[in-house]
Amino acid sequence: MAFSWNLAYDIQQMWAFPFMQHAFEAGTMVAVIAGVMGYFVVLRRSTFVAHAFSEIGFAGAAGAVYVAQALSIAWLTSTDAAAYGMLVGSSLGGTTIAMLSRRSSHRDVYVGIVLAFALGIGLLFLSLYTGYATEAISLLFGEILGIASTDVLRTLLFTIIILGGVGLIYRPLLFSSLDEAVAEAKGLPTLLIGVVFLLLVAIAVSVSVQVTGVLLIFSLMVTPAATAQHLASKPSRVIAISVALALAVTWVGLFVSFYEPYPASFFITAMIFVIYVLVRVFHRRIRTPGEHREDWKDRVLVSTKDYSS
Amino acid sequence: MEAEDLSGGYGTKAVWKDATFSIGRGEFVAIIGPNGAGKTTLFRLLLGLQRPLRGTLRLFGSEPKRGSPRIGYVPQQHVLDDESHIESLELVRLGLSGKRWGFDPFSHEDSKAALDTLAGVGGLELAHRPLAELSGGELQRIFLAEALVSNPDLLLLDEPLSNLDMRRERDLLRLVSEVVRSRDVSALLIAHNINPLLPYLDKVIYIANGKVASGSPAEVFTSETLSNLYEIEVEVLHDSRGNIAIVGIEGHHGDE
Repeated sequence: MAFSWNLAYDIQQMWAFPFMQHAFEAGTMVAVIAGVMGYFVVLRRSTFVAHAFSEIGFAGAAGAVYVAQALSIAWLTSTDAAAYGMLVGSSLGGTTIAMLSRRSSHRDVYVGIVLAFALGIGLLFLSLYTGYATEAISLLFGEILGIASTDVLRTLLFTIIILGGVGLIYRPLLFSSLDEAVAEAKGLPTLLIGVVFLLLVAIAVSVSVQVTGVLLIFSLMVTPAATAQHLASKPSRVIAISVALALAVTWVGLFVSFYEPYPASFFITAMIFVIYVLVRVFHRRIRTPGEHREDWKDRVLVSTKDYSS
Repeated sequence: MEAEDLSGGYGTKAVWKDATFSIGRGEFVAIIGPNGAGKTTLFRLLLGLQRPLRGTLRLFGSEPKRGSPRIGYVPQQHVLDDESHIESLELVRLGLSGKRWGFDPFSHEDSKAALDTLAGVGGLELAHRPLAELSGGELQRIFLAEALVSNPDLLLLDEPLSNLDMRRERDLLRLVSEVVRSRDVSALLIAHNINPLLPYLDKVIYIANGKVASGSPAEVFTSETLSNLYEIEVEVLHDSRGNIAIVGIEGHHGDE
């Protein structure tokens, strides 16, 4: 398909294909949930967790595909098995990590332990699986142009669950993300909020990988939010900008990939990275460095809390 | 607040025991003691995050319960992301509305209460400044406003003076003292150095060596009281400006 530079015609031409409609529908939903969840992932310094979920979910997907094949479950296609296996795997991983690590600042070690264990299991399932591991490859790099209408419906269901869940815990989640010790003292169930949040991230990651793939999950889950927080200071505005950026790069990435022989996830990651770099450079230039930091050294800036004394 | 034969600690291990003291409304109290003496443990008991190992602790006429709206708390350490550009007003508003579930946008009443509280601590001009760009002294004003916005009757301030230079230390203490008097709240402030606090204090709780001494600064900072506390001979020296130095005799060096 050739690009004509007549944008209206090009879009019309692209839209004639059902697989492109599905890609846009799923991509739009994924961009919204990744933009929203990404804000809290960045705010809670949980980017390693988000990355771990994608790989833990990958192990779950490999396990589910193998089990579906080994038990000859006819009604479960390998694509569906991979999707649900990923969801179950990342949800289990999320709950385990949240329960193991009481405080987010100490989480990295537990994430590493659970991640390594899950990857080992995933490797075992991949070696046991005797078919072509195409689902594994599409999970690693994303296959947005191969999304079926059932995938779109599943994405819609999880989008409703994620946005509903975040809407319900929005303010306590924001409070415990910004000032966990005060939130805990105020009586908020910070452990429960942490578990629910990681479960929602696990679901969001599982849904997002079909667009970006496991290895590029940060492109929608982290970079738009990290960019947006340099452009606004009110959380609701940061989330809105994060979603807008995720949507813009997803739509443009899909559009370009329709006319170019390269994967959509490449265009998405490349565009959002360039935007992030431009925002950082531009933002630094318009702000005078150290403008408000004449007494920077006496800031209270620490990474751990100590209740031992 | 009343404590009687109170013991605090973790698990079954007491960090300090047999504490008996009372604090009335509108009193400014310092909690002093070396690192690891159990000063924050007392705060955790008051916040209802831990239970006493022994003895009784009454707060507003009943046992402390977690999540009391009558307590404003400023923890020792905050985790602030240098990359986060959230404005200060948001944190202060969360002090009022952060417990409410749901996505409702912050109400006009919440914003007004947060701005009024910020004005009360001299931090109105900081309202729309990102937290990541504030100095230590400015941050403490924001944290104080976050604690005060729900109109508490008791303020718990865990080492708010650490990381502040002498001028900002004095400014913050004046502010807390003014808040205590004008709002008629009680304030407990954990600190290492008693001297900057002395002009403002009503009482001192001194925790050391597993024991607790309390009373007015004149009652606590005596050689007799502190010698009993440390179980070694301690001398309390005063300079011409009223500053205190605590000196251990028999080879023990001073704390202050």
